[in-house]
Amino acid sequence: MQRIHLIFGLWWVTGILMSLTDFSHKELNYPEKLSEFGFFEGHMKDQIPAGDVVPYALNSPLFSDYAYKLRFIRLPKGLKTAYNPDSVLQFPVGTAIVKTFYYKNDERNEKKGRQLMETRVLLHEAKGWVALPYIWNKEQTEATLEVAGGTQVVAWRDQEGNKKSLEYFVPNMNQCKGCHEKSGKMTPIGPSARQLNGDFDYHSNSKENQLSHWKNLGLIENLPENTSEIPKIPAFNDPKASLDLRARGYLDINCAHCHNPSGPARSSGLFLTWANTHKSSYGFFKAPIAAGRGSGNLAFDIVPGKSHESILAYRMNSADLGIMMPELGRKLIHKEGVALINAWIQSMETH
Amino acid sequence: MKKTSLFLFLISSFAGMAQADFEKKLQTKLILAEDGSTINIEAGTYFLTKSLSLEGKKNITLRGKGIDKTVLSFKNQVQGAEGIKIANCENIILEDFTSQDSKGDLIKTMQVKGMTFRRLKAEWLGKPKASNGSYAFYPVLCEQVMIDSCIAIGASDAGIYVGQSKHIVVKNCTAFQNVAGIEIENSLYAEVFNNSAIGNTGGILVFDLPGLIQKKGGFVKVHHNIVKDNNLSNFAPKGNIVGNVPKGTGMMVLATSHVDIYENQILNHATLGVGVISYFMTGLKNKDKEYDPYPTDIQIHNNTFERKDARVPMEGRFGQMYRIKLKFGTQVPHIIFDGILDETKVGKDGKYLPEFAICVRENNGQSSAIIDAEHDFKNIISGSDALNCNPESIKSIQF
Repeated sequence: MQRIHLIFGLWWVTGILMSLTDFSHKELNYPEKLSEFGFFEGHMKDQIPAGDVVPYALNSPLFSDYAYKLRFIRLPKGLKTAYNPDSVLQFPVGTAIVKTFYYKNDERNEKKGRQLMETRVLLHEAKGWVALPYIWNKEQTEATLEVAGGTQVVAWRDQEGNKKSLEYFVPNMNQCKGCHEKSGKMTPIGPSARQLNGDFDYHSNSKENQLSHWKNLGLIENLPENTSEIPKIPAFNDPKASLDLRARGYLDINCAHCHNPSGPARSSGLFLTWANTHKSSYGFFKAPIAAGRGSGNLAFDIVPGKSHESILAYRMNSADLGIMMPELGRKLIHKEGVALINAWIQSMETH
Repeated sequence: MKKTSLFLFLISSFAGMAQADFEKKLQTKLILAEDGSTINIEAGTYFLTKSLSLEGKKNITLRGKGIDKTVLSFKNQVQGAEGIKIANCENIILEDFTSQDSKGDLIKTMQVKGMTFRRLKAEWLGKPKASNGSYAFYPVLCEQVMIDSCIAIGASDAGIYVGQSKHIVVKNCTAFQNVAGIEIENSLYAEVFNNSAIGNTGGILVFDLPGLIQKKGGFVKVHHNIVKDNNLSNFAPKGNIVGNVPKGTGMMVLATSHVDIYENQILNHATLGVGVISYFMTGLKNKDKEYDPYPTDIQIHNNTFERKDARVPMEGRFGQMYRIKLKFGTQVPHIIFDGILDETKVGKDGKYLPEFAICVRENNGQSSAIIDAEHDFKNIISGSDALNCNPESIKSIQF
């Protein structure tokens, strides 16, 4: 009798599973495996770019739960982007931007290896940009397209040797657009001139300015001859740079992709873009609009000289889904980022 | 016995797998849905761990088997600032399901042209508390919004909140135990009727705030609603504009113009039946030069007001204002106007020109006061006809 129950139970559960339509990614007409793009040569896990693929880095990257990132770009043969000082560079149709997220097993010792989590591929098609999340297998031999995203546990040791672990989330395709959106259209976030204006270690310890390198490769035109004209965001943790530039650069890359007049957070009226010089819309004594619990019983986004009264700092220093900012892409608090913004607000004159 | 426990173990682990599988399949369907398709969700309670999102689609229907039959619970949510998020779409219908207990908002729709919420319940279970999410139904920057026969419970800001949108209908809905039952903010051409807003802090709010993308709301009709017993203590986190709403508020118009409030039952509110106030009453500074902080052309007529004689509760800024400054005692006027006028719209008699008037007439149980907030409440004018106007100036708002 009980055995019958068991069989019946299994049949019932399988029935539920089967009744939901199964989708194959082939319907999407995108490669199911990352290797099919040919971005890398040799072993996939070594992430060695193929001949037409250029690695790059940002001066001050977006915080993603302490993950490290490898970035690559491939422009269609013979085509280039044009320099502009203000916004993300406009890349021609056919461009692919590739970003691999990984954790070092031990942040104190590179030799202990790393774990690749996901690779996001941004493709510029005729109809616009599309974002594709590929999740790496345990063997680190291949990454597979997962439109609904996924979850994977990762463990590592931090710079102090503390054991850390995290249920790492890969966003689904729709959530990609939650950040990568401008006026309803998908768009890249990182590669602006001010973010690329820095050195990169290309070959055998020969550092070169990335924009100059791109110019030499024929990937960018109209670059100013006088490189001092090109804006530059300092690394958020560069002690030699000014506190104000570091903080505004940090807010630009971590917040302004949504908080700009045509981004997904435009409804808030808070614009944290590098170019915004309007104090009120940058948050100074700005009351929240629909922050709900995110207000933390505080009246304004930024109160100069009072970081503990500033909603901006409060929401960065939370990991509660109904409070934290950014609202996607992290589970952990970026302590160093919070410290930077606190120091910046504290450094301002009290009104 | 052993077999029974094995059976139970198998069933429970399969059930967990089935839930995870359901979530992934449903999200995948929403991503791959072809324009024009309908996605059905069977009856049952589903525990979701992440935001469900729909993005960049046209003519999609997401349909359950009915309120409390199909239940999407976000109690175990670990990712996403809202339960369901819909963005950059056209003609989307959500109908016949319940959603519960998200950490942030429950259903947020942004930049959707043609957004219908029909026969939905969105709620936070348990007693109303500040840790509940902010908005149950939250269309923002949308056009052609229809919220019909929906139920919103327990939002720590507004149960039904329409922000920075155009062409809106909210009808046949029920909102209770929220801070604001129904709130129309910086929105144009809204009609709010046949709803019940009962037991919230404030029943129905029509607000215009500065510093937003859609600058100006207005042209709002609020009629045939039952607005009753909205005397719940305000549990909104401070800093939010609804945190200023005093408990015991039936309706409040804040800085919005062209609002017609008629044939509502506005019953048993400890503080005010309808308040018409300028942005100055919030005590906040306005740095938006394009913003109009004055409510003008407000009509309040043919409503029924009832209230038991009692002193206003001493809670928040407004409670203090009533008790310390206004001193109405136990007979508190149903309708108050702060009396702060936009001088560019005032006639020779020192009152608003007829087309801008705050006009109160022909209400059952009518009582009103102009509280002269600009001059520290020195010259309060109260009485049944304090805001009377020429009946010919009552013109139904057309849109």
